[in-house]
Amino acid sequence: MSIDLDSKIPDGPLADKWQNYIANQKLVNPANKRKFKIIVVGTGLAGASAAATFGELGYQVEAFTFHDSPRRAHSIAAQGGINAAKNYQGDGDSVHRLFYDTVKGGDFRAREANVHRLAEVSVDIIDQMVAQGVPFAREYGGLLDNRSFGGAQVSRTFYARGQTGQQLLIGAYQQLARQIGLGNVKLWNRMEMVDVVNIEGRCAGIVTRDLMTGEFSSHSAHAVVLATGGYGNVFYLSTNAMACNVTGAWRAHRRGAAFANPCYTQIHPTCIPQADDFQSKLTLMSESLRNDGRIWVPKNPDETRSADQIPEEDRDYYLERIYPSFGNLAPRDVSSRAAKRLVDAGQGVGPLKNGVYLDFADAIGRLGKDVIEERYGNLFEMYERIAGENPYVMPMRIYPASHYTMGGLWVDYELQTTIPGLFCAGEANFSDHGANRLGASALMQGLSDGYFVLPYTIAPYLSDLLNKPVPDTSHPEFAKIQQEATDRFKQYMSIGGTKTPDHFHRELGQIIWDYCGMDRNANGLEKALSEIPALHEEFKKDLRVTGSDTSINQTLEKAGRVDDFFELGILMCKDALNREESCGGHFRSEHQTDDGEALRNDDDFAYVSAWEWTGDPSNPIENKEQLEYEVVKFATRSYK
Amino acid sequence: MTTLTNLTLKIWRQDGPEAQGRFESHQIPEISDEASFLELLDILNERLIGEGKEAIVFDHDCREGICGTCSLMIDGVAHGPQRGTATCQIHMRVFHSGDEIVVEPWRAAAFPIVKDLMVDRSAFDRIIEVGGYITAPTGGAPDANLIPIPKPVSDAAMDAAACIGCGACVAACPNGAASLFTSAKLAHLNLLPQGQAERYKRAEAMVEKMDEYFGSCTNHGECQAACPKEISIDNIATMNVDYLKSKFKNRRSLAR
Repeated sequence: MSIDLDSKIPDGPLADKWQNYIANQKLVNPANKRKFKIIVVGTGLAGASAAATFGELGYQVEAFTFHDSPRRAHSIAAQGGINAAKNYQGDGDSVHRLFYDTVKGGDFRAREANVHRLAEVSVDIIDQMVAQGVPFAREYGGLLDNRSFGGAQVSRTFYARGQTGQQLLIGAYQQLARQIGLGNVKLWNRMEMVDVVNIEGRCAGIVTRDLMTGEFSSHSAHAVVLATGGYGNVFYLSTNAMACNVTGAWRAHRRGAAFANPCYTQIHPTCIPQADDFQSKLTLMSESLRNDGRIWVPKNPDETRSADQIPEEDRDYYLERIYPSFGNLAPRDVSSRAAKRLVDAGQGVGPLKNGVYLDFADAIGRLGKDVIEERYGNLFEMYERIAGENPYVMPMRIYPASHYTMGGLWVDYELQTTIPGLFCAGEANFSDHGANRLGASALMQGLSDGYFVLPYTIAPYLSDLLNKPVPDTSHPEFAKIQQEATDRFKQYMSIGGTKTPDHFHRELGQIIWDYCGMDRNANGLEKALSEIPALHEEFKKDLRVTGSDTSINQTLEKAGRVDDFFELGILMCKDALNREESCGGHFRSEHQTDDGEALRNDDDFAYVSAWEWTGDPSNPIENKEQLEYEVVKFATRSYK
Repeated sequence: MTTLTNLTLKIWRQDGPEAQGRFESHQIPEISDEASFLELLDILNERLIGEGKEAIVFDHDCREGICGTCSLMIDGVAHGPQRGTATCQIHMRVFHSGDEIVVEPWRAAAFPIVKDLMVDRSAFDRIIEVGGYITAPTGGAPDANLIPIPKPVSDAAMDAAACIGCGACVAACPNGAASLFTSAKLAHLNLLPQGQAERYKRAEAMVEKMDEYFGSCTNHGECQAACPKEISIDNIATMNVDYLKSKFKNRRSLAR
């Protein structure tokens, strides 16, 4: 069996496709919208903006979050900014340039039509968010300020101090809160989606577990939108929040949604290095810091002097040296691998020699401490709280860490998965970033999907269901799947082994980091593919969950999430092993140029791998969507 | 890096909203000063599960001080001993060997305890739902640079918008008032030109919803001291002025 991967890209020249789509799509008239019910799972940028907009349009909406409030999702932690092709700086930006930068940044592994649409609606996002009251940074004349980000030679990033994600999420949350207050959206908080239910080939709803009471229940709708985020926490240590997980996307995958490009994971170059074995997470230092910070390591691996005592001639500003035209703003994958090579060569800094310096001395000398404080004050404070060093005096120490996942559920141009009626938005889908995401593009994509894409693209699906009732949750399929979920959680409780979910998560993360991290090769991946299933078997026999399953139990929640990470981890390694090339965040050491840069193979691998669940995690089926480029020409990505 | 030794944690345990709570003592023989306070609780929980006991329930998520999920009264202080810092960003280097550390949930009538250290803060969402927004449906927004906003105004709005909705202000207040939270949201939106159309309607609705759940402000100022984002109580004064004006301006009250 194989899946039909029809990407449904509209006809016409690339730049006209989205407008053509809007002009010709089927609509649902305002009076009929109230007959349709839509479930949105997740209330981050994509979920909150989609739920709010559906509510405004007049659909019946139910929004689900496992947090206590829809204001908590991890979109909130994005620091640096959001891209938009406004060209407010008059520096040569345009929709086409943002589109091109994104395709190139993604190492020519993204779908052209989707990326162009993203660049087109980017300008509407800024207008929308300003209208909502997002306090973006401004110039003294009162107009909006911009800065630049990795992989771009224009300043197109809008920001709100170092907390842009927070301000955007609060904007979307407020709009959602208004719809909740008006009764257009029903909110279910502290409810975790644990499965998807399909009836007669269409998605009919979801099964949830109430985190407060342990109770399972079924919820039906005409369409379901998953906006459940990325799977970066598969590495255990990542910049993701503690509760981020793959369960939403994975359970949909197990019910028939193809999972695309799982091996495309992004390792962010500027995170605070690990300090200890019991560390629970890593903290990102925004890429925007690379606008003014200079990255370097001592030339001598045995250097013992403190950073401020090392003279210029003994420092290697390696990004400026190797990539002179982009310098410290080389894209994330390129910067991360450069840091890894130097640390592996013993030139790392800090007590564990596991970092590189990010130095602001020059910028402070040039601009003054006040300007730097104005731009990055809260990031500097955060660094000092965590690392215990003052970055105004001593350079920051940074190292790459798992941050974002480009892979996710396969979706067509309408953001529909391979299950009719199941849509997927934001980081949870695979669609826009190819093999590597550029900085300040995640916020853009989340809001684009939720505000400006789904509200249009869900209508054609719904219009075919006019006057069909909401599926009945008393259908035997709901009962069956709800029972399966109940049994699964009962099983975690009853194993009675000796090891905690966190223990298994840490072990799994270590395997994935070692063999499917920044640098991958066939031997390592094969090793991972034998170790992960063995560890998963051990998990099933030796897990210990204490407490009860009828009141809040964070250990039990974690067990369910780790269980899904195991199966995803296997698929990641399979995909990485299959993709015999290096592209973006996927670097196979067998495929590199003489100077250690990624070596793509466009003849054989210019496709999306969309994996199909077979019931056996170790034997998925690969389906391919060939990527056709009509406007962009393949080129070797060079930031030199 | 140094190691702290011989710590005692006195932690509040409570099985459910209606159950009787109690303090439980746990010895921590040693812990690195690089560990965060929540990592200390993680380590303790691993140990408890190992002993077959139920892990301590506490709210936390981003561990970067921005999502506002974490809480905790540490030695009677909301978010613990470090100023302008959320619990998840507290590191053990602010404690000393031999310390006894008392850990409790937020204590406020409007935040019922769910279990152990976790409370229900959904009353905050109810306040936002009645007016903590600018009505701007998707799609109709004018160009973002159409309305220039003076930088000082935008900065002041941003200062107020930095609120993470954690509830420390309520927990620190002897009256269990939510004036700092509510006034920060009002200041964020009421300072901006985009927020003017609904300014007085918003002030009236949010203040009145707040009064349904929370105590009254009597200017203790504890909220500002506890706020991990150091939001100013000046916002409360502005809120009170706007609320008063709303009673004259809002058509609804004029008609009565």
